[in-house]
Amino acid sequence: MAKEGGTGGMDRTLQRALAEMARKEGVRLPSKILDEVAERTAHLRLSPEDQKKVAHELARRFRKAEVDAHESVGIVAAQSIGEPGTQMTLRTFHYAGVAEMNVTLGLPRLIELVDARRIPSTPMMTVYVDRKIREDKVRVQEIALRIEVTMVPDVATIGTNVEELKVVITPRPALMEARGIVRKDVEKALTENLDTRHFSWEDGKGSGEARSFEIHLKEAPAPRAGKEPEEETPFKSLLQAAEDVRQMRIKGIPGIKRALIKKEDSGEYVIYTEGSNFAEVLKIDGVDRARTTTNSIFDIYHVLGVEAARVALVQEANRTLAEQGLTVDIRHIMLVSDVMTNEGDIRAIGRHGISGKKTSVLARAAFEITAAHLLKAAITGEVDELRGVAENIIVGQPITLGTGAVNLIYRPPSTPAKAA
Amino acid sequence: MTMGLSKRIKSLQFAYLSPDEIRRMSAVKIITADTYDDDGYPIEMGLMDLHLGVIEPNLRCRTCGGRVNECPGHFGIIELAMPVVHVGYAKEIKRLLQSTCRACGRLLPDSAQARSGPVLGTEEGFTSSRPPREDRVCPFCHEVQQRIILDKPTTFRENGHKITPKEVRARLERIPDEDVVKLGLNPKFGRPEWMVLTVLPVPPVSVRPSITLESGERSEDDLTHKLVDVLRINQRLRENRDMGAPQLVVEDLWELLQYHVTTYFDNQTSGIPPARHRSGRPLKTLVQRLKGKDGRFRSNLSGKRVNFSARTVISPDPLLSINDVGIPFEVARALTVPLDVTPFNLEIAKEFVKRGPNPPNQNGRYVPGANYLVREDGQRIKIMERNAEACADLVTPGCVVERQLLDGDIVLFNRQPSLHRMSMMAHFVRILPYKTFRFNLCDCTPYNADFDGDEMNLHVLQGQEARAEAKVLMQVQEHVLSPRYGGPIVGMIHDHITAAFLLTHKNPRFNRAQATYILSKVHLPMPPPEGKGRDGEEYWTGKQLFSLTLPSDLNVEFRANICGHRGKDLKQHEEDDCYVQVVDGKLLRGTIDAKAIAAGKGVILDAIARNNGPSRTREFLDTMSRLAITAIGLKGLSTGIDDEDVPEEARRQIFRALAEARTEVNNLVEKYRKGELEQMPGRSLEETLEVMVRKELGKARDVAGDIAGKYLGLNNPAVILARSGARGSMLNLTQMAGAVGQQSVRGERLLRGYYDRTLPHFARGDLGAQARGFVSSSYKVGLSPTEYFFHSMGGREGLVDTAVRTSRSGYMQRRLINALEDLRVEEDGTVRNTAGVVIEYQYGEDGIDPSRSVQGKALIVDEVLQSVLGRRYHAGAEALRGEGVEGTTPVGEEELDLLAEAQLEEEVEDEETEDVTPEDGGGDFGGGD
Repeated sequence: MAKEGGTGGMDRTLQRALAEMARKEGVRLPSKILDEVAERTAHLRLSPEDQKKVAHELARRFRKAEVDAHESVGIVAAQSIGEPGTQMTLRTFHYAGVAEMNVTLGLPRLIELVDARRIPSTPMMTVYVDRKIREDKVRVQEIALRIEVTMVPDVATIGTNVEELKVVITPRPALMEARGIVRKDVEKALTENLDTRHFSWEDGKGSGEARSFEIHLKEAPAPRAGKEPEEETPFKSLLQAAEDVRQMRIKGIPGIKRALIKKEDSGEYVIYTEGSNFAEVLKIDGVDRARTTTNSIFDIYHVLGVEAARVALVQEANRTLAEQGLTVDIRHIMLVSDVMTNEGDIRAIGRHGISGKKTSVLARAAFEITAAHLLKAAITGEVDELRGVAENIIVGQPITLGTGAVNLIYRPPSTPAKAA
Repeated sequence: MTMGLSKRIKSLQFAYLSPDEIRRMSAVKIITADTYDDDGYPIEMGLMDLHLGVIEPNLRCRTCGGRVNECPGHFGIIELAMPVVHVGYAKEIKRLLQSTCRACGRLLPDSAQARSGPVLGTEEGFTSSRPPREDRVCPFCHEVQQRIILDKPTTFRENGHKITPKEVRARLERIPDEDVVKLGLNPKFGRPEWMVLTVLPVPPVSVRPSITLESGERSEDDLTHKLVDVLRINQRLRENRDMGAPQLVVEDLWELLQYHVTTYFDNQTSGIPPARHRSGRPLKTLVQRLKGKDGRFRSNLSGKRVNFSARTVISPDPLLSINDVGIPFEVARALTVPLDVTPFNLEIAKEFVKRGPNPPNQNGRYVPGANYLVREDGQRIKIMERNAEACADLVTPGCVVERQLLDGDIVLFNRQPSLHRMSMMAHFVRILPYKTFRFNLCDCTPYNADFDGDEMNLHVLQGQEARAEAKVLMQVQEHVLSPRYGGPIVGMIHDHITAAFLLTHKNPRFNRAQATYILSKVHLPMPPPEGKGRDGEEYWTGKQLFSLTLPSDLNVEFRANICGHRGKDLKQHEEDDCYVQVVDGKLLRGTIDAKAIAAGKGVILDAIARNNGPSRTREFLDTMSRLAITAIGLKGLSTGIDDEDVPEEARRQIFRALAEARTEVNNLVEKYRKGELEQMPGRSLEETLEVMVRKELGKARDVAGDIAGKYLGLNNPAVILARSGARGSMLNLTQMAGAVGQQSVRGERLLRGYYDRTLPHFARGDLGAQARGFVSSSYKVGLSPTEYFFHSMGGREGLVDTAVRTSRSGYMQRRLINALEDLRVEEDGTVRNTAGVVIEYQYGEDGIDPSRSVQGKALIVDEVLQSVLGRRYHAGAEALRGEGVEGTTPVGEEELDLLAEAQLEEEVEDEETEDVTPEDGGGDFGGGD
């Protein structure tokens, strides 16, 4: 979204006066327009007479552009978003701000948004950094390293020695340094996460940072929880131990596979991540919580609530369309988002979401899973009030939108009207 | 077409039938599995019994006495020897059995329903059934409960023992009404035991008509076949049971009956084989009739076949108005408009009738007749040549004459797929010779039509109300501005744009003869000449002629399409004639091209549509398209393959540049092999190589394009097409003249085919340019065999992509429409759904209709201030904004530009480092879409 111009310190009397005058003509002017007028006429000092004329003209033009009552805005919105679908690319991967990262775009992304999928196919975060350090590459890189998840295999080689029944973890100092960790961190991860009921570890060969760790099976391996005991062999548990080690997180935020920094035109460094974990990233010191965002709508929903999720939906859909060079009026996208978030949670467009919850039996039956809806309606004794579009078309009468929403009764002049 | 207020169905109540009701509504009991006797007469008490209604023209229904078109048909009945379960309710029955006591039928308290007390008919009440734990004891009768399993589709088991449908029914009967309510069902509209069928309603014959084949053989409907099966087994079951046959036999037959009844309802029930026709085709039974795209709901109820419609091939006619549609004589004769006869039009109506259905054309001109006469009593008389005179005498006020189509009638015109509301618009009829529908080319964009064999549909409106609505709301001129983005969607295309360019670029002159010729075609008055040439001859200019089409109050300024991405150097603009300025309806400078008048982005078009209203917009489009067609006819423009000719020197340069790129790629590969390549962060070594190679080759293509582009200036017709935005892009041209470039599949260089190589012509593991799909030939020179193959690979992907995309986006749109169709703006400005739930408190947060907005904005503040404050404002504003007035450049455009620039960033950078400056503005190379 575009940043608002600096009308900050401005005195708002002009805006208020114009708004008041327009209100008298029955028009509520958005503050954006009023601000623009103020800004553009700052050099002029409008007389009350001028103000009146300006307000009148604003109101006149605004009213001309207002929607009509009973306009079927839903259908128009659906068409406006659906129609350009045919012109979008199907290719899933494209480059985002950083050349190194893949992001789902185009039609698949739009479908994903409309489907209200819990996890996007390519989750991604844009992490902004606090004002003080945002232009300091080193500090930003530090934060990126704290966000990016580092697993044991990222910094060490893991080998299994079947003969001696042990798992050998050999840290690689070069990799560790690149990720800003030391052997101690690996040790810590090991102590914290190793299943000590079955395994024990000790220092192995080598020296200094590169000194390895060795994991041994404890005597008489007891069956692990949830596993059938007879299947457990020492060899198997050893492999399990190696697997466990591979899953061990040394540092970083779960779910963030990669974090890259990029210098923006404004001079600040921004962190782009592959994978999304909004809640945890916001907890990190130095992260600008106001601007940091993710492309996972559900992440936003869980952390910031449904209103934020609605805004995120609008922005994501808008960006997806704009990226393809398609202009769709934001009102259409807002309407879709509003429908999806109307009940306080995010509901998909389709059988499992909005369409499945329609009040009309006939409308549901006409969409999908016809027989089930009809049978269900019969035993629960449902009533179809025939208020919507699909139902009325099915029974063969005019729909309730647009010109169908009003009735025009002509009273011939021969019958004198009472009011005359 | 009845007058006054029509009745309205207020609501529909769903319920299910009790055995009693089925008996009551049935006209006859069916016991014989046969249909017709040897004489082809329906057998009594058979499936075609005359009590069920008639399908043959000369028979009368025995129930109501009606003939084929009078009798709606009547239900019959089959009394089932033993009860069977209704498949659709098997799950529901299971839930009920589990939730109630097996002995006394009371609701078991453990069920979720008992605790929460569900609301009748709600989702919650229906599905949240949690079965009580096993071996529970009923608190009412202390019966120990058993676990019930549904053995799909219709068998119930309790502790492994089968519960017969009879027993199931008995248990359901025991559930008291108050408990039924608690279980989420409504006993008012159906008792649970009715879910086990004891009688089967037989649908009337009109629902399952038999058809007589040409051979005289009768072929029965699938439903009839199925009912025959049911009847047969039912009969055998009854006989066996009554004879006291062994239990096993009876049970087998019972199950068979269950199978037939099940498949009668739904022949796609999982777990059982579908019943098949003799030919092996699965039968289409009840559920199949309703379900899916070809089912009753989507195929016959949500959309219907209609009369008074026509379909034929479309073709262009630049001389028609955008509001018109050309209709062939043949079509016009077949389509009719009802004409209410009154004392005032009696004579006219009689004349129509007198002419009959096929009046001869007069001097090749169409003469409308009439096809039907509907008399006051509703009698419908087909007018034929021989009874035309007689019919004319029957015409009295109160009759309706169905007269044939006339010029000026309003009709709906539609092209599928109907993706948006502009896919169906109202046109005025123009009856023309030849056999295609014709319309103005400006209407191509909204319909997304071309003339390579497209067909379109046409519907004639039959009611006064419909015609009025169509005229006010659906005319093409009312849809010039798209509700999608608040810009013009109807507008100039292809040749119109080229013509406008030729007419206005560098302002060519026309002598009196030429100017007169052009203006005569456009029906515009001749203005005084612009000036006199050196030879003393008067001349008119292109810009002057173009200005004639503009409204006199038009004021816009913007950069033309040919301007490309170049900076704000005003001098350069002047030289290229690409800064457009229209003052008071006069084009002062600049070239008119796609940016000004094209569908989708025309700035001038947009301004006219917004400020001068639909009629003026129509007038502009009509005259402008005529002007364009005339002008291009006069000036002429043709292009051929030699337009992409480049001098030998350039060819060598291109060749050299491409060779260099190939070596560079080889160097990169070499480096990669030696492990000297510097890895990019977050990328593997292989990926790094790919990225760098692709960049290198992309650059090579652009350099080749640039070199070729140096020789392709605005004097080249193909370049005119591309730069003016009429058709094609500079990229297309450089691919023809320079090099085609890298082919890709899934966004990567080609890599599939043989083991470790793309084709056997290359060495295994070759990562070089040619081996991985770089086409260094141009289209004009021709592709080598390997290049051709690679090009086909890329092309194939494109085709597959399109096919997949249409289906995917089609389904998305269907879902969107279904989810949003019921929303509307209420009188109070809120957006609500049919349940009255507020979706938005104010539509779009400001209540503005996008199609009335200016690129999404309610109004342009600048314009308002200018109109109110006039010069005073202008002077100050100029100072504020600094150089370059861009008052009317829509914001959307700017954003798009920014976007395009962002995408081009890389290439642009590369270009700047290159020291090639095409002589006639080639800064646009590589920027094609």
